[in-house]
Amino acid sequence: MKLPLFLRDDSGTDSVVPPSGHTAWLTSFTAAAMAFLAVFALALSLAAGNLAARWSDALDRTATVRLSAPEDQIDLQTKAILDTLATTPGIASARAMTDEEQRALLAPWFGPDLPIDSLPLPRLIEITEDGTGYDTEGLRQRLAAEAPGAVLDDHTRWRRPLAVAASRLRLLGLLSIVLITGATAAMITLAASAALAANAQVIRTLRLVGARDAYIARAFVRRFTLRALVGAAIGTALGMLGVALLPAADSAGGFLTGLGFHGAGWLLPLALPPLTALVAFAATRASAFRKLRELT
Amino acid sequence: MRSVIAFENVAYSYGGGELLSDISLRLAPGSFHFLTGPSGAGKSTFLKLCYAELLPTAGHLSLFDREVRSLSRDDIALTRRRIGVVHQDCQFLDHLPLAANVTLPLTVAGRTGEAKDLNDLLGWVGLGALGQALPPSLSGGERQRAALARAIIMGPDVILADEPTGNLDWEMSLRLLTLLTELNRMGKTVLVATHDLNLIRQAKSQVPARVLRIAKRRIQLAGADL
Repeated sequence: MKLPLFLRDDSGTDSVVPPSGHTAWLTSFTAAAMAFLAVFALALSLAAGNLAARWSDALDRTATVRLSAPEDQIDLQTKAILDTLATTPGIASARAMTDEEQRALLAPWFGPDLPIDSLPLPRLIEITEDGTGYDTEGLRQRLAAEAPGAVLDDHTRWRRPLAVAASRLRLLGLLSIVLITGATAAMITLAASAALAANAQVIRTLRLVGARDAYIARAFVRRFTLRALVGAAIGTALGMLGVALLPAADSAGGFLTGLGFHGAGWLLPLALPPLTALVAFAATRASAFRKLRELT
Repeated sequence: MRSVIAFENVAYSYGGGELLSDISLRLAPGSFHFLTGPSGAGKSTFLKLCYAELLPTAGHLSLFDREVRSLSRDDIALTRRRIGVVHQDCQFLDHLPLAANVTLPLTVAGRTGEAKDLNDLLGWVGLGALGQALPPSLSGGERQRAALARAIIMGPDVILADEPTGNLDWEMSLRLLTLLTELNRMGKTVLVATHDLNLIRQAKSQVPARVLRIAKRRIQLAGADL
């Protein structure tokens, strides 16, 4: 594979700069560490985005009527509620949840052997909207008239804070990637400046024999870009491995078990090494030209 | 071309005061000049002005008919490829072997294919067996000869030498002088800063060299007393 022009050493540029010591592994280590962190920030951001979408989808189109009534009134009021809902514009379907479904909902808190028949549990009626939406306040008033023990829960009080939390989490993930990129640029700029300062005499000699700034800068830019690329590739590989080894999401899993990449999402971290190389290229080039003007 | 290097009322000041003042001088193509004067008089500063390592603080200085202040950094680099300089402190890249140091001007100019005569050149300056030696292992005289080889490998129009025989014995000094006079006969402009009056006398017997003397911040034409 042929390297991009700025990474090639067609003119022997590389050899004119002496091999540098600690700045070499410092750059690679920084790029690796930052790429590793960026993989997790990316995974967090994607997971938060998916979560926000999932919660919104799940809660946005559904509502629940909770009916608490004397035992002999339950069936009567349930029927009245279902009749009311059937004639309400904007509601696609409504159905009373079975005892098994209610037991399944409570199982995470009370276990699977809950004696649901002996408990005064409210009846739950699940409503699915048809997409056009319904008049929440009007429905509440009608339900109060038909079934005094019915309470309409349109999930707004759950949905809003969850959606806000998920979108903020996503924002934090993206902000982390921006900060990681900035920190990478800063670290590479410092390492490049140190390397340039340490080679001030070499640079002076090169200038005196007719080397242009671009020629001298290319030697440093090439080195730092390649080091950053290799470091970031290693960090990304380790980060992806770490994400892949996280426990799989299942029905009992919480948010953290959903942290990871899915399908084409696995391709996204692969953009981190070239992005890091690009950041290193820009940072080193800017630093090199600035330092060259100072030194000679 | 009227002149390769032209000073017109040039002055140069360090922070502490004026070192060179009201310098007006033209180095014509193919001329040979010596520059002499007491230590600290400004010979090295004058040479640095000649290859734009320093810029004048007053007056006008032209290199190859271009005002030096109007040159960009790239222009200065390209101009320096036409000027071979033998520095007093012989700066080399210590991690590269001598041969790579000598061909460095060709390398940075992207003309590495033109280094065919390297062995002849190294042999001529008496360094034929030291092509792979690293600069720190060379003696002062060897470094000076290597610096001369590096200065001329590009076939420059102008050769500036700052005390080029300071670390050489008389035999090698004469050899170097012969090389410089040969280059001058080939049309190169040569300017040598030196304390060595014997070298100047020897040169005047070979080429029509002019002698410049820096005294009291100004340059005067000398010669009759040498």
